[in-house]
Amino acid sequence: MSVTSTSTAKTTGSGKGEASRKRGLPQRGGRKREFTTRRGLQIAAFMAPAAVFVAVFTYYPMIAGGQMAFRNWKLTDLTDTSWVGLKNFSDVFADPAWGTVLGNTGVWVVGSIVPQLVIGFALALWLRRRFRFRGLYQALIFFPWAISGFLIGILFRWLFNSEFGVVNDLLQKAGLIDEPIAWLADPKTAMVAVLIANIWYGVTFFAIMILAALQSIPDELYEAAALDGASKSRTLFQITIPYIRTTLALTVLLRVIWIFNFPDLIFGMTGGGPNNETHIVTTWMIKITQQGDYGRASALGLLVVAALLVFAVFFLMATREKKGVRP
Amino acid sequence: MIGKESAAGRAVKFTFLGVWLLFTVFPLYWITVTSLKAPGDIFHFPLAYWPERFSLENYSGLFGTADFGTYLTNSLVVSTVAGATATVISMLSAYVLARFEFRTKSALLMAALVTQMIPSFIALGPLYLLMTDLKLVDNRFGLTLVYIAVCIPFCTVMLRGFFENIPDALEEAAMIDGLSRFSALFRVLLPVMRPGIVAAFIFNFVNCWNELFLSVTLMNSDSNKTVPTALNGFISSFNIDWGSMSAAAVLTILPTMLLFAFASRHIVQGLTSGAVKG
Repeated sequence: MSVTSTSTAKTTGSGKGEASRKRGLPQRGGRKREFTTRRGLQIAAFMAPAAVFVAVFTYYPMIAGGQMAFRNWKLTDLTDTSWVGLKNFSDVFADPAWGTVLGNTGVWVVGSIVPQLVIGFALALWLRRRFRFRGLYQALIFFPWAISGFLIGILFRWLFNSEFGVVNDLLQKAGLIDEPIAWLADPKTAMVAVLIANIWYGVTFFAIMILAALQSIPDELYEAAALDGASKSRTLFQITIPYIRTTLALTVLLRVIWIFNFPDLIFGMTGGGPNNETHIVTTWMIKITQQGDYGRASALGLLVVAALLVFAVFFLMATREKKGVRP
Repeated sequence: MIGKESAAGRAVKFTFLGVWLLFTVFPLYWITVTSLKAPGDIFHFPLAYWPERFSLENYSGLFGTADFGTYLTNSLVVSTVAGATATVISMLSAYVLARFEFRTKSALLMAALVTQMIPSFIALGPLYLLMTDLKLVDNRFGLTLVYIAVCIPFCTVMLRGFFENIPDALEEAAMIDGLSRFSALFRVLLPVMRPGIVAAFIFNFVNCWNELFLSVTLMNSDSNKTVPTALNGFISSFNIDWGSMSAAAVLTILPTMLLFAFASRHIVQGLTSGAVKG
């Protein structure tokens, strides 16, 4: 490769002309966004493998699945796949269980995210200061993250087993209950149980994200606050939280998207039971798929996408704000 | 927070950390202990927190009556190949997204985000039909291709964070010395990126290892099943055999836990660099 073409590729390609100007590196101002065939080909060549895989095995099936929402697509009768407009959507809303499913989804998302955030925040604050075995501690509390949601469901199904579950045994030994509780057979306790399982799983992620953000706060801010005699809670609410607000917002929104779309744990733990009382929208979708009504399941999927796109707007707003906030 | 901690504050802190550690570790301890009890002892009162006699019966059953060795091998092969391929492909796209400015860039990043928002269930039916047309149903190579596609979006975003943490000057200097962009990437950047690449691979591997719904849909025959599919088979029977189930759970969790223990520092960095730096 000739020297000229290399340097062209570099300056036009890096797209960070300002940064390299500061460092005194050679660059040609004003050309960084200019289109050159060479640069275009480079971008295309580097992006191509990823684009092909995702287009063929993710986007194509998703779009094809999306349009099934407007068709009659039943396993019982595959000969009739005619266009039915919004019928699948009205069927979703007409289902008597829909209210329960929707309510459960709300409880599932809020009941998971709030404790995860609070406990994760506390862990991060306390892990900020070095102590002996901190590295080991972090590695140990990180383990739930390596386990699949489905398997976590199975794990907690065993812990909450009504006859031989360890939860009942411990509670009885502590004298908190007299009789074993049939945790997963009663709608109220079943929801509590799946939430506990999800909190077990998700706290770590918050702790890590918040810890990383906390480490970006300069110590001088705290020293100044200490000199002014600010109390601990004042420091928390006036320095720590405002400083990491963007990360907090971002993590919460990412997690909302993720928890909303996380049927695995409930699927493994209760399968949506008892009597549909722990079904959320995405496990409901699995159930309807298993019943063979692909059209209606796809309609549910599109409703999920619509709800989450609203969250994505918040997500993008939260990220855009960032540039001004960071000192 | 930075000043001296009071003794009471320290006590609260370490109590909380201790309780949380117990809560995190106990379920894993309990499933392991259950898997090591003789099948009869699992359903015996009082529950034994430390078994009187240890037994490997549950494990030998998994490899004798069930074909768990085959499932483990299938999962291992598919996850390793898919994880490694996805890491290489994502590296190229992440590099472009970190270092180039171009018009469709934000659209591409949005496209990656959208893949996380759409429930995978919506794609299962059409994917099955597509794989039928390609004659790749019930085929480990087919599942590998699908998993590569599943891994790419998140892996790209994660690796992009890593690339952005490395100063441009590094490869610029190499290119001034006469290396092409491609060889600058492979000979100068990659060695620096190694922790990020290891983290990305492990993350992909764990994702594939844990994936359930795609593999249940695409793999039918017993000899092609992956571990999660086999576990799903265990629970769909009316009565769960908790002895074999616990042993299978331990064997499923163990490899990913070891990987995480080995690379947890890099993974933490990988998760945070993308999102916090944004």
